[in-house]
Amino acid sequence: MSERFETLAARIDERFGEQMLRLPSICGELSYTLDKDDLIEIATALRNEADFGFEMLMDVCGVDYLNYGDDEWATNDATGTGFSRGVEREPVILDEADEFDPRRFAVVYHLLSLQHNIRLRLRVYTGTANPPVVKSVVDIWNGANWFEREVFDLYGILFEGHPDLRRILTDYGFIGHPFRKDFPLSGNVEVHYDDNEGRVVYRPVSIEPRTLVPRVIRDDNRYAADLKDADDG
Amino acid sequence: MAEIQSYTMNFGPQHPAAHGVLRLVLEIEGEVIQKADPHVGLLHRATEKLAETKPFNQSIGYMDRLDYVSMMCNEHAYVMAIEKLLGVEVPERAQYIRVMFDEITRILNHLMWLGAHGLDIGAMTMFLYCFREREDLMDCYEAVSGTRMHATYYRPGGVYRDLPDSMPKYQESKFRSKKELDRWNSIREGSLLDFIEAFTERFPGCVDEYETLLTDNRIWKQRTVNIGVVTPDRAMQLGFSGPMLRGSGVEWDLRKKQPYEVYDKVDFDIPVGVNGDCYDRYLVRIEELRQSNRIIKQCINWLRDNPGPVIADDHKVTPPKRIEMKDDMESLIHHFKLFTEGYCVPEGEAYAAVEHPKGEFGIYIISDGANKPYRVKIRAPGFAHLSAMSEMVEGHMLADVVAVIGTQDIVFGEVDR
Repeated sequence: MSERFETLAARIDERFGEQMLRLPSICGELSYTLDKDDLIEIATALRNEADFGFEMLMDVCGVDYLNYGDDEWATNDATGTGFSRGVEREPVILDEADEFDPRRFAVVYHLLSLQHNIRLRLRVYTGTANPPVVKSVVDIWNGANWFEREVFDLYGILFEGHPDLRRILTDYGFIGHPFRKDFPLSGNVEVHYDDNEGRVVYRPVSIEPRTLVPRVIRDDNRYAADLKDADDG
Repeated sequence: MAEIQSYTMNFGPQHPAAHGVLRLVLEIEGEVIQKADPHVGLLHRATEKLAETKPFNQSIGYMDRLDYVSMMCNEHAYVMAIEKLLGVEVPERAQYIRVMFDEITRILNHLMWLGAHGLDIGAMTMFLYCFREREDLMDCYEAVSGTRMHATYYRPGGVYRDLPDSMPKYQESKFRSKKELDRWNSIREGSLLDFIEAFTERFPGCVDEYETLLTDNRIWKQRTVNIGVVTPDRAMQLGFSGPMLRGSGVEWDLRKKQPYEVYDKVDFDIPVGVNGDCYDRYLVRIEELRQSNRIIKQCINWLRDNPGPVIADDHKVTPPKRIEMKDDMESLIHHFKLFTEGYCVPEGEAYAAVEHPKGEFGIYIISDGANKPYRVKIRAPGFAHLSAMSEMVEGHMLADVVAVIGTQDIVFGEVDR
């Protein structure tokens, strides 16, 4: 497997040079990051050129890197009220901002080549624009249509050139993009049946967010890169 | 002749042939479909977002509820992604158990599909026949995990426990006569493996029964042959996988091409269609039933001869034995940490895909080194298939929409996630 990976990596290096930057992987997968302006050119080449032959797009995935690497439990006190005591929950509403952190949103594409039996992952950061925009790959892989609609719905990333960019998973008339990290897990509104109006209406949520298990990051030296290499050698 | 105007019609979300909560907005001219616009998301539960707020192991149960007719295959992709990140080795016996239950799950799924697809296009008997066999397989689920559907049986590092030596039996009640009770319990006397083996002995006969009813049935062929034809090129372009891709004649099966667990050690064939219509996909799935049965048999033989551990011995990831916790301080600590905080997964990302009964089911996990995933993306095969609905039904009659929904094997648990 790794031999074929290296052959492909060498071909990509030769063909695209600095346009595609290889990302390190801890489990032997091939993934690259590229500039969003190069996306269409590279995607077309990856699909059409015989050396690559990625005729299938398996998945398009949006990612919001807002809280990447943050843990949420910052307390040394012991109380009897459960883990929520130490969790700091500050609502971060960045939607109004004119600019995002350039590394905030990314779109990840999973490609599969049936003829070469190999997978490839591409990552495109959306840059600082609000709303974030990348070019649509629907014309290259028609199957991207719904995947891109899903990313738009959940993350609010626009796909330029998409024929039909509507919401897909959320309710008709939904407000916000629920998978962004600044969108609360409980949502903002709930529905209930209103006796007076005789229909189902929206109202603000009545439940409080709760953390049962806090998010912690532990530095585990078993996974430290230099030690791992020493083990293998 | 009167001028026929096209009009718009709603199909579902409360329609017995919509397989759940599909709402289709159909543009029809006379009875011919011009365009179909599926509205999905009525079952959206934000599984991916929920998984971000829970330690890794607590989301295994959510995976069962994605495609709720092939539960263990969903779990399989999820635990494989975690194992990839952690670098945990799975004991061989656990790998065989996983392969065996993946194939049991495939039979469960295909029986559900066959029954529902048959019922939709006029073969009522199929439904009853298929559910008869499903019942036995549900009992296998129950024997290993305690539940008939949402098993949570696979864990990172192996499976939750070894196969039991006895099967649960029917209890006496006023609704069952003694004779009936004895008949039902007679196949449940031995171990789980005996029970599954008895099933694999009689199952090919059952598939023959289904085929007698359908394969050469004139009505069945009229409803499926040349309906929803997809060319190999289009199938790849649209991101099809599994029987939908193989029905179009593309020889692609992850179990053969990118073997995981012990699929490279068992013997089986991959059926491939020719015309890419509903009938070919039916034939592909029927043959997959037989091949799954063959794999299960091989797994039973191996499992009988090779006892051993079924979960990795790495107690940073898998819980220690209860008996060890009684007198070993370290085991107690491991247990406490695992069940209060979970394990931390090293920073990185992994994509693990399995050949799910419906196609390629993939889990993409991004971890930032915490005890909860930073992002989980579920690649559901049904989502890609349903997006091609409009293309597949264009120019067909209204009644064929039902045949196409059936042949796509849509389950809304995974489409809406």
